[in-house]
Amino acid sequence: MTKERLSGWGRTAWTVSETVRPTSEQEIRQVVGTASSRGVIPRGLGRSYGAAAQNAGGQVLMMAGAPVGADYSLDQASGVVTAPGGMSLDEVLKRAVPAGWFVPVTPGTRFVTVGGAIGSDIHGKNHHFDGSFGQHVRRMRVLLSSGETVDLTPDSNPEWFWATVGGMGLTGVVLDADIRMLPIESSRVRVETERLPDFDSVVAAMSSDGEDDTYRYSVSWVDLVATGKSMGRGVLTRGDHAKASEVSSGDPLAYDPKVRLAAPGWVPNQLLNKLSIKAFNEVWYRKAPASRHVGIESIPAFFHPLDGVRQWNTLYGRQGFIQYQFIVPLDQVEVLRRVIETFAGQGVASFLAVLKRMGEQNRAPMSFPTEGWTLTLDMAAGIKGLPELLARVDTMVLDAGGRHYLAKDSHVSPTAVRRGYPMLSSWQKTRAEMDPSGSWNSDLARRLALLDTGRMQ
Amino acid sequence: MKNGVGVPQNIVLFGGTSDIGQAVLREIVKPGVSNVSLVCRNVDTGSLFAEELGALSPDVSIDVVRFDASDATAMPAIVQEVSSEGRDIDVAIVAHGVLNEGFDYYRDPAAVAEVMDVNATGTMSLLLALAARMREQGYGRIVLLSSVAGVRVRKSNPVYGASKAAVDSFAVALDHDLVGTGVSVLVVRPGFVTTKMTEGMKKAPFSTTADAVAKVVAGAVNGSKTVVYAPSILEYVFAVFRLLPQAVWRRLPLG
Repeated sequence: MTKERLSGWGRTAWTVSETVRPTSEQEIRQVVGTASSRGVIPRGLGRSYGAAAQNAGGQVLMMAGAPVGADYSLDQASGVVTAPGGMSLDEVLKRAVPAGWFVPVTPGTRFVTVGGAIGSDIHGKNHHFDGSFGQHVRRMRVLLSSGETVDLTPDSNPEWFWATVGGMGLTGVVLDADIRMLPIESSRVRVETERLPDFDSVVAAMSSDGEDDTYRYSVSWVDLVATGKSMGRGVLTRGDHAKASEVSSGDPLAYDPKVRLAAPGWVPNQLLNKLSIKAFNEVWYRKAPASRHVGIESIPAFFHPLDGVRQWNTLYGRQGFIQYQFIVPLDQVEVLRRVIETFAGQGVASFLAVLKRMGEQNRAPMSFPTEGWTLTLDMAAGIKGLPELLARVDTMVLDAGGRHYLAKDSHVSPTAVRRGYPMLSSWQKTRAEMDPSGSWNSDLARRLALLDTGRMQ
Repeated sequence: MKNGVGVPQNIVLFGGTSDIGQAVLREIVKPGVSNVSLVCRNVDTGSLFAEELGALSPDVSIDVVRFDASDATAMPAIVQEVSSEGRDIDVAIVAHGVLNEGFDYYRDPAAVAEVMDVNATGTMSLLLALAARMREQGYGRIVLLSSVAGVRVRKSNPVYGASKAAVDSFAVALDHDLVGTGVSVLVVRPGFVTTKMTEGMKKAPFSTTADAVAKVVAGAVNGSKTVVYAPSILEYVFAVFRLLPQAVWRRLPLG
């Protein structure tokens, strides 16, 4: 066991935990069985932005690549993959794509583990079409704090299953899972790109009464720096997996993701300042074709553009950054606009802002997506006045009936999570059944008092 | 837990009636803070500030706890009290102290004990108790309000200066001992600060205010520095002062 300083992908709120790299299920049992009052939390590849996978003063099970759980296997007939909880989606894709299968849901990075994908109930560009990751999990084997392992399926034990989906690792360790994959004919994506001159046209193009529902994947980048008439202008990209016949040459299922660049080792806090971000946004907008354009892109180019730069999270320097992702109901477009105006008005520049219309909510009480608009933006953590500004925006979001994504969160209050997640107390009840000794804990859980059943302020 | 934008959730101020300590709280209590504990000798005076702070930040729960700063043996229990019910201490500000300016120690040498008990012995015990608790937490920041008086002790109040020298050098070494634990100490060395503690005293050069010191603390509390001066120019002034031969120091009108 070693002490390690850990943070989330945003590189803020560093704390020291005792880390364990388990080599067997028995070792996990032993760690959980002898946990101190500070508790234990499993950690995957550390891609959640805040403090979800760290545990100050307690223990952290480093599950990424851990040799526990069932080995990877693919049933070609049913398209179901069995994968260990510590396996990354990158590894799953490398094996499954050449065999003609794609992960049912991928976030903006393929460097997340299967266990993390379940714990955060991740979503992707196809949420309006396919829902979130948990909806494609057929079975998972979870190690509880009692040391017992249980097979959870949506039918056999729905409460425990759905409490683990979106449960932020606080119900147990996902040892392995069966995931229903998506059949594909090629490793390419047919992408339609469209430049939209202002926020209204972005919203109109993505709304549910338009053609958006006919695309499997749909997301829009929005420029939150542009002001005036161009406020909220965007580049909408939509598509689906290309057919084999659309691939001009070679093996249509050939898949070779490469990490091309590394971010420099040391970056000044001011590299991404308002001017450089404004310039970036201008270039990003201008480089998109002025009228609708159809192209063929690779999986990494369409789904994981930032994975091309290793450790891109260091670009904000030592101060780190926060990623702000919230969702509001479909009829609350005005709130989105007010949020964008509030950030722009305070001079907060976002390097990458993304808007997506989400589909229906699933049964997991702590799952983030609900039918509505989700906006994601990142910003330097050291911006002056940020705590006050975020508190104002949080209130706007919550008043509109919205909520924040816990896998991204690094600042909301215990009250905000209680307002945003009305099912919290029912999740807490199920969680307590699964963990009667109260052995799981994390910095996120501590900050949001997620395990505190009494605190209903 | 502190959050991703540098706001601590739980703050404890030792010396809850200290002008500088209160100014620091006005500066660092922002949305995201849940609890503030004011630990002080005079609970009534502390409660007045609790009311003021509560009016500024209605979402923050504030409690006032009594302590005797000269009782080194009581410090572990006080730290336990302000971190009960599993509540971590994210930032602890240690701002209490006695000055005893103008006191004639030649007439009453034993009065040294009172100053040393509060400024040095009691504070060291408190710093140790805080460090022990924060080590269990795996993170935390201790802010010690020291003084330039401890960097080069002046003849006008050598007992105060010596007490600050003791606790200051102790805190720097404690920070060193805490490397790798997630816990760190910030030693703040203000120059002459116009507060109720220094009322009626002649101002020294580069004198400053409690608000200015608070801004320095707010700027450094999320960083990794061990020592800061307020105002910052004193860092260079005292880099020279501390090295001056005594024969030269004696000739300066600063003693």
